[in-house]
Amino acid sequence: MSKKLWTLFSMLLVSAMLLAACGGATPAAPEATEVMTAAPEGGELYFLNFKPEVAETYQKIADAYKAETGVTLKVNTAAAGTYEQTLKSEIAKSDAPVLFQINGPRGYSDWADYTADLKDTELYKHLSDKSLAVTSGDGVYGLPYVVEGYGIIYNNAIMEKYFATDGAKATSMAEINNFAKLKEVAEDMTAKKDDLGIDGVFCATSLKPGEDWRWQTHLVDVPIFYEIRDNNLDIKNPDDFLETKFQYAENYKNIFDLYINNSTTEPTLLGSKSVDDSMAEFALGQCAMVQNGNWAWGQISGVDGNIVKAEDVAFLPIYTGMPGEEKQSINVGTENFFSINSQASPEKQKLAADFIYWLFSSPTGKAFVTNDLKFIAPFDTFAENEKPTDPLAKSLLSYMSNPDLYNTQWVFVVFPSQTFKDNFGAALLQYAQGNMEWDAVKQTFIDQWKIEAAK
Amino acid sequence: MTKMPIKYYLFFTLPTLIAFVISFFIPFLLGIYLSFTEFTTVTNSQWVGVSNYIHAFTDNNNFLNATVFTVKFAVVSVVLINVFAFSLALLLTRKIRGTNIFRTVFFMPNLIGGIILGYIWLLIINGILINFGVDITFSAQYGFWGLIVVINWQMVGYMMIIYVAGILGISPELYEAAKIDSANSWQILRHITIPLVMPAITICTFLTLANSFKLFDQNLALTAGAPARASSMMALDIFNTFYGSMGYEGVGQAKAVIFFLFVAIMVLLQLRLSRSREVEI
Repeated sequence: MSKKLWTLFSMLLVSAMLLAACGGATPAAPEATEVMTAAPEGGELYFLNFKPEVAETYQKIADAYKAETGVTLKVNTAAAGTYEQTLKSEIAKSDAPVLFQINGPRGYSDWADYTADLKDTELYKHLSDKSLAVTSGDGVYGLPYVVEGYGIIYNNAIMEKYFATDGAKATSMAEINNFAKLKEVAEDMTAKKDDLGIDGVFCATSLKPGEDWRWQTHLVDVPIFYEIRDNNLDIKNPDDFLETKFQYAENYKNIFDLYINNSTTEPTLLGSKSVDDSMAEFALGQCAMVQNGNWAWGQISGVDGNIVKAEDVAFLPIYTGMPGEEKQSINVGTENFFSINSQASPEKQKLAADFIYWLFSSPTGKAFVTNDLKFIAPFDTFAENEKPTDPLAKSLLSYMSNPDLYNTQWVFVVFPSQTFKDNFGAALLQYAQGNMEWDAVKQTFIDQWKIEAAK
Repeated sequence: MTKMPIKYYLFFTLPTLIAFVISFFIPFLLGIYLSFTEFTTVTNSQWVGVSNYIHAFTDNNNFLNATVFTVKFAVVSVVLINVFAFSLALLLTRKIRGTNIFRTVFFMPNLIGGIILGYIWLLIINGILINFGVDITFSAQYGFWGLIVVINWQMVGYMMIIYVAGILGISPELYEAAKIDSANSWQILRHITIPLVMPAITICTFLTLANSFKLFDQNLALTAGAPARASSMMALDIFNTFYGSMGYEGVGQAKAVIFFLFVAIMVLLQLRLSRSREVEI
């Protein structure tokens, strides 16, 4: 009798273990912050988040939103660089994201079948500059929800130390207002790097595949901006962008060479460096300048052993040697546009429109946006004193409000595809390693653009 | 032995069969269908015929390069893994102390997942290469040998276990008879051990061949195709095609179907070749 009982018991134990193992298996899909699966009384809204750096904040927002309105907000975050593929997988499911993002006109053309017209939504009415939205004909399909900017972030403490040295090529940051000066200063600093206590002027130019977006997207934005300006192209017209001449490739080379030759890391080793490595170097005071955007402040201040003070950090425009660049500002724009899934039910679409309006107009929502998400939101619901106060946001706002400088806007929203950007980044890596000539890199850019734009 | 009623067959095999159909068979058929269409997500697709297959071969030569790289990799890794595994198995079936511990230790690398393994070896290999001022992304050759090292480290233990089982299955009387006929070790190996271990060789070659062709996790973690997709293997290339550009998902699917046919033919040929050499005792 007891033998049979033992057998039964052990069989139950084994089946229980198997079931527990199956139930506890982590989903292979994007990193899910808690997924609420209970049937909610107030309705459920699925939002696919693009920014991993604020994933936890969205969870707090979800809790607050549920407390105020009873609507359950389900937030999933895609890992860096995987948004498109995650969205592709998620949108095919029956429980598809109702609120998601597109990156601009290019993103709209990819997702046109899934974006609803937003011109009647409350939030659109409060958009300060309606020309920023993604439109097609009369319809509005993407609402920009954050204004961001990037440039060369510098550590003023190190710069001041340099300005105090003998034979310094400049005596204040205000004097560095074009590429020639920037090059002189950077090369002189490299010669004096031991005195300044740094490993290099610029932090590592991260060219690891997947980590090279600062160069194949952000940096190349500058020469392409000038190409668009000087050829009078219209970024809202896709036919203007089937080809590119990359006429300012030499200017790109100027700044890129400066970055890789005056760096903390040898050019041949850049293929293993990630963005985190660069930002950590900056935070630990090993380098004086790093190219990144205002979203990076959280990263810098969060590094263990961070010695960079908030008052020492500000932006410098990315100079490339173009005539008249003394009046160039930093690169301000956005590639974050909210879109609502047109294939979802009308009730869910309304839930999504209500949520984003709540986030950017209610006192609770605005507090989250300003203090936790640290977004500079382009809506008139925000008063002057409701802007983020981190040093990079302040620097960005001061550049934006300076009437003497012209903005180098984010034109990379017209680049053909992620593959194009990855291939260009790969060519840059080979150039840095000394395995490719610059002319071949330029040709790769032109050829890949043509191939990818035709797809 | 009495024949079991049909219901017992079904009772035991049905769960697995259902799981197999749902998670493998249906997606497989769906994939073949989708390879002839252009689709954005798996639910809306338009028929385009064979143009996906044409694009698969003309897209920047990526697929052909990946195929060449993968074939070279498969040849080298199949030979190396089987030679190492067989040698280790021979060593560990002698009467020396601690063979069990050695067998366990050699098998343990197989338990580590592919992605973690790739990242750890990336750190190790870069740590060595930095002394030469380069890193693994410098040349596809470094990526190639890096991948060989990783897959050997992972698979040798597993294959060794199979070989050990094969060798232990040989009756000792044969060895005694051979010694009486004054055969030396090399002749014993060639004429007794290897022919009788042929089933194990069949299985191991099949497994290493299939695994080498299908390698993805380690490829992604170690090189991610750097530089410029030169060290990307077929699975990684298919993945990149699928997610790289909108409108190219069908092409990725077509590449996957071609990949399946390629590996299936290769493996079936290999099985037939090995099976014909198996000896019944």
